[in-house]
Amino acid sequence: MTKVEKQQAVAYGVLSFAAMLTVLILGLIVFYVLSKGLGMISIEFLLDKPKKMGSEGGIFPAIIGTIYLVFITMIVATPIGVGAAIYLNEYTKEGPITNTIRFATEALAGIPSIIFGLFGFAFFVILLKPITGGWSIISGALTGVTMILPTIVRSSEEALKAVPSILREGSLALGTTRWQTIKRVILPTAFPGILTGLILSIGRVIGETAAFLLTLGGSLLIPSSIFDGSRTLSLHLYMVAMETGAMDIAFGTGAVLIFLIIIINATSRFLLKKFIRKMS
Amino acid sequence: MNHTSREKIVKVFLFLAAFTAVLSVILIAFFVFKEGMPIFITYGISEVIFGQNWNPTNQVYGILPMIIGTIFVTIFAIFIGAPMGISVAIFLAEISPQQISKIVRPAVELLAGIPSVIYGLFGMVIIRSILADISRGPLGEHLPASYQTGYSILGAGIILAIMILPTVINISEDAIRSVPKEYKEGALALGASKWQTIYNVILPAAKSGIATSVILGTGRALGETMAVIMIAGNTALIPEISWKGLFAPVRTLTGNIALEMGYAGPEHQQALFATGIVLFLFIMVLNVLTTLIAKRGFNRG
Amino acid sequence: MKNGQSKIQVQNLNLYYGSLMALKNISIQLPSNQISALIGPSGCGKSTFLRTLNRMNDLIPRVTIEGNVLIDNHNIYEKDIDVVELRKQIGMVFQKPNPFPMSIYENVVYGPKCHGVKDKKKLNEIAEKSLKKAVLWDEVKDRLKDSALSLSGGQQQRLCIARVLAVEPGIVLMDEPTSALDPIATLKIEELVTNLKEDYTIVIVTHNMEQAARVSDNTSFFLNGEVIETGATEIIFTNPEHKKTEDYITGRFG
Repeated sequence: MTKVEKQQAVAYGVLSFAAMLTVLILGLIVFYVLSKGLGMISIEFLLDKPKKMGSEGGIFPAIIGTIYLVFITMIVATPIGVGAAIYLNEYTKEGPITNTIRFATEALAGIPSIIFGLFGFAFFVILLKPITGGWSIISGALTGVTMILPTIVRSSEEALKAVPSILREGSLALGTTRWQTIKRVILPTAFPGILTGLILSIGRVIGETAAFLLTLGGSLLIPSSIFDGSRTLSLHLYMVAMETGAMDIAFGTGAVLIFLIIIINATSRFLLKKFIRKMS
Repeated sequence: MNHTSREKIVKVFLFLAAFTAVLSVILIAFFVFKEGMPIFITYGISEVIFGQNWNPTNQVYGILPMIIGTIFVTIFAIFIGAPMGISVAIFLAEISPQQISKIVRPAVELLAGIPSVIYGLFGMVIIRSILADISRGPLGEHLPASYQTGYSILGAGIILAIMILPTVINISEDAIRSVPKEYKEGALALGASKWQTIYNVILPAAKSGIATSVILGTGRALGETMAVIMIAGNTALIPEISWKGLFAPVRTLTGNIALEMGYAGPEHQQALFATGIVLFLFIMVLNVLTTLIAKRGFNRG
Repeated sequence: MKNGQSKIQVQNLNLYYGSLMALKNISIQLPSNQISALIGPSGCGKSTFLRTLNRMNDLIPRVTIEGNVLIDNHNIYEKDIDVVELRKQIGMVFQKPNPFPMSIYENVVYGPKCHGVKDKKKLNEIAEKSLKKAVLWDEVKDRLKDSALSLSGGQQQRLCIARVLAVEPGIVLMDEPTSALDPIATLKIEELVTNLKEDYTIVIVTHNMEQAARVSDNTSFFLNGEVIETGATEIIFTNPEHKKTEDYITGRFG
């Protein structure tokens, strides 16, 4: 082998090793948590209430809390995020207004989640306590909305841009209004792409902890309304691991979380493929 | 005209939706600064930022240990994660056969989706115990007892390095793929090997994109909270400035806020918001850096 | 403005993209119930001009327009004109067929539905009538619920024509409607267009001179954003006044 060929072989080896290592690490983390946690998962585990501060028993309240939180967050965030994307893509030309909005969206995307937590705490939990009930699901959800807004706006805008402009023109040339065109032609066409972004956002809400640590309250009781405090699966894992040391419960919760993430990931990839097929 | 007024109403609602982003940024910045500034005013900016003691019960709010903790953990994470991420990016963009990409790419995507507490759990159980064994065993005589728990800068850095991989990989890969293929073909036509082409032509051309990916990865590491808390040790002390310091437990700015907010009294809370301000400023600096690099990269073409 | 009473008068029309002048001092007449062809080499402003007639150029950011476009003696560029209403009176068929990703039926009734027609029976009537005029009814009457995208190119274009006719405009604008189609589909559409002039005023942009000669009653020759010559098709093609027109017709350029 020449020197050049040797260099290339070494370089290729290093790069391939890095890639292999990455896959290995993923496999290690996923399989380790699943292997330690799967054994814990049973109907009782999923449906029972926790005992002794969560170090024994089940994780049912955390499951309910997660569902409540995701539901409320998405109900509020979706119209705002998709609406913003529609505004940016369909109603304005590039200029100072759109630049400001885009800058704000990018800025939001870069803010660490603990800062969102600080904001949520000061604004929703303390200041707006009469409306939100203080430490509550609604406080957490509204905080979550600001966190996932950039994701929804970005993916919705991409989906809208992918709709061929000749469809827009065809509709407008028939004497329809902008909104009719958007509602009847553009949104249905862009829907799979938008949905993909929404599903990714759900994954983000489920995986997020820091912001909800400061806004949800961490109550171990099953929430009866959105004004009650609660905890999510992620939050439960953290609190059990750090405060009680009951690692078996922590791993069981972790296994449930990993399942959720895998399902969400697979669903969004499937939908993305469908969207690409529909467009071509 | 009926439809004209309906269109106007729709446009207003959509504008309000879009403006929510602007409103959110303003509110977030406002509240964090509003709650945190009083501490700087009462105790003095340099007392807080350079204060080496964090003792809220005695109203001592020095956050230097957390600043140093954040910096060291982040530097270590970048030190490991950036080269690895860039390597994987090159691999995916230039070398990998289709079949392998089909495995590596979804793996990276999945890594990006794993919740931070899972990383923390993994770090807390596996990484920590490995490091504890190393620091008690072969290194036992060199390290002080408090550095032998496994909760350390090293541990946090390793976990963070893994967590920032998807960011670095995705953005670097994009940057590498955007290099015009004429550059590549020109070099190959002159007889350069594939690796020589990558190293001498493609990577320099993708320089600013790769740099951006590293900076974004840094931002991600700076802002990470849960995983770090679960493995960094959370001791508010400045680590020893030597190789031994790698095994020292530290507390980050993010950890400081998350750990103490639950039970902090009013002034203590303000100090935590002040910690948030410092974190905010770190992120601002990074953002400015990113914009500068983007501009330079753009001008160089 | 219904059913072919329209007459279009363009007076001293200038159009600018930013500071670039794309249409220069255009003054032509497009008579009712006739087919007017706009011919000329690529990029000389024919499509841009066509789009000024239904104000589709409003959608492009830096376009400015001077001059008058009168339809039935009303200047459509006046301040208080409702563009949405205007476009109900003027239909447009595009170069590349652009059916919506919906069923054939939904495509045809899209316009009437948006304009407020809710009665199922009425919509069915409109659909049948329009598809018949577009010479597509027999081919799709048993599969109206099928996706429009399952049709061939020529069928899709006829569907787009049906979609336009369903709105009952007085004027139909066609921007190179057959350039993306095969010869057989092209002839079918030329035939149907010829029959349409009984009820509509048609303006058709084409870079196919034979098509213009076959189909139109009058022709305007565009070159570099100006109208060099305009008049009865027969005269333009057999005895043009300007040398440039003659050069183009005989194929010496473009």
